[in-house]
Amino acid sequence: MGSKTPLFDKHNEAGARIVDFGGWDMPLHYGSQKDEHHFVRQNAGMFDVSHMTIVDLSGERVRAFLQYLVANDVAKLKDPGKALYTAMLNADGGVIDDLIIYYMTDRFYRLIVNAATREKDLAWIRENAASFDVGVVERGELGMIAVQGPNARALAVSSIDSDYRDAAMAMKPFFGMQAGDMFIARTGYTGEDGFEICMPAADAAEVWDQLLAAGISPCGLGARDTLRLEAAMNLYGTDMDENISPLEAGLNWTIAWEPADRDFIGRTALQALRNSPDRQRFVGLLLEDRGVLRNHQKVVVDGVGEGEITSGGFSPTIGKSIALARVPAGDYDRATVEVRGKLLNVRIVKTPFVRNGKIRIDIAGETQ
Amino acid sequence: MSDLPGDLLYTKDHEWLRREDDGSVTIGITDHAQSSLGDLVYVELPEVDQDIDEGGEMAVVESVKAASDVYAPIGGSIAAINEDLADDPEKINSDPYGDGWIVRIQPSDSIDEGALMSPDDYQQFIDDLDD
Repeated sequence: MGSKTPLFDKHNEAGARIVDFGGWDMPLHYGSQKDEHHFVRQNAGMFDVSHMTIVDLSGERVRAFLQYLVANDVAKLKDPGKALYTAMLNADGGVIDDLIIYYMTDRFYRLIVNAATREKDLAWIRENAASFDVGVVERGELGMIAVQGPNARALAVSSIDSDYRDAAMAMKPFFGMQAGDMFIARTGYTGEDGFEICMPAADAAEVWDQLLAAGISPCGLGARDTLRLEAAMNLYGTDMDENISPLEAGLNWTIAWEPADRDFIGRTALQALRNSPDRQRFVGLLLEDRGVLRNHQKVVVDGVGEGEITSGGFSPTIGKSIALARVPAGDYDRATVEVRGKLLNVRIVKTPFVRNGKIRIDIAGETQ
Repeated sequence: MSDLPGDLLYTKDHEWLRREDDGSVTIGITDHAQSSLGDLVYVELPEVDQDIDEGGEMAVVESVKAASDVYAPIGGSIAAINEDLADDPEKINSDPYGDGWIVRIQPSDSIDEGALMSPDDYQQFIDDLDD
């Protein structure tokens, strides 16, 4: 038996199929993964993400510390509550974890890191924080629910203390705010609008019931994975890890190269790779033949070389299979993928595949 | 608790078999199997007239979660395939013992029913798995 979130009993009440995820007993689905996927794209769904790790950093030099710790530059965060997505790198430029940083005050930032990487992340943050005299506090006593979908915010707002509802609804994307005992952020991992709501663990079941009563459907990790794949959001440990740099995982946009004198961990290694003509591409694939692309299948680019699917699956929104893949450098827009000994045709497409309920890729494709 | 059709035989691989009047055998996967797999999104079928050995790979069913091989519970030649599954693999989820059938095999030998399970035995088998 693994660790249980404060919502474990709620999942069983709702008929969840429970699976192990990074040592946590989590809901895979509550009946139909595909239906749950569509709830989020079309209306509103909620996910228990209490297994995620929340870490509060405080101190006079917390900004300087984060400018050293992560590849993006927290100096971009000017307005209180503003969030930044980025990665912590090792000296070789490999990704230790991806995370979201919220700028709360000049002396207080909140990080949300992955569940499966909790221990190594905390050790890494503490090790590097020591010389900056930054306090590192894990907030394990908080539960977290992500409500996602075009109607998610409107349906969820009634579960927020009435003093904060207007402010929560007025909050811009990628901001977070304290709302009484709750912390509410307009963020997510599905490509839809919504909130991620943190609350004391003791309140989590009550909030879950309120959200359920408001018409928000419980959704499991299965739908979370197909939603994030359609949105082309990376999954740590699958699309990148400590041996892969953000440059080879489609995360160039999470690296701040300027100012050039900002010394962050991994910068030297990244800089060398940035200028390498052999650097692998990280691309979206659309399967044109029948079948389903899966993680670790081999991508074959005729006359160029081979790559690998890092995340593959069936897209319920598109009705075809899609994937994220690391492929050789070069200028090409077609490839094949080896599936059970056969080579199936794929087209390289610009991601995201789906965002805000709409398909963003050209499914028919122009034949050349 | 799912009700198992009484006129079928079952395997430990969660397949069902139905003997047809013409001597062929219709094969599908059980309700337990479709429920474990989750929503099906693709089914790879064999060719009609293809010969298949007992225990050989007969089809692949892919759900949102994963791909699973379906092994031939008997040897013979493929007499028919359920072509509707190409466009509507979810028929296996919605009607595993009916419209969700997968293939029909013309057996090459007489069927060894001792190797297959009755509905009661199969029910016991899946109950034991859930413990």
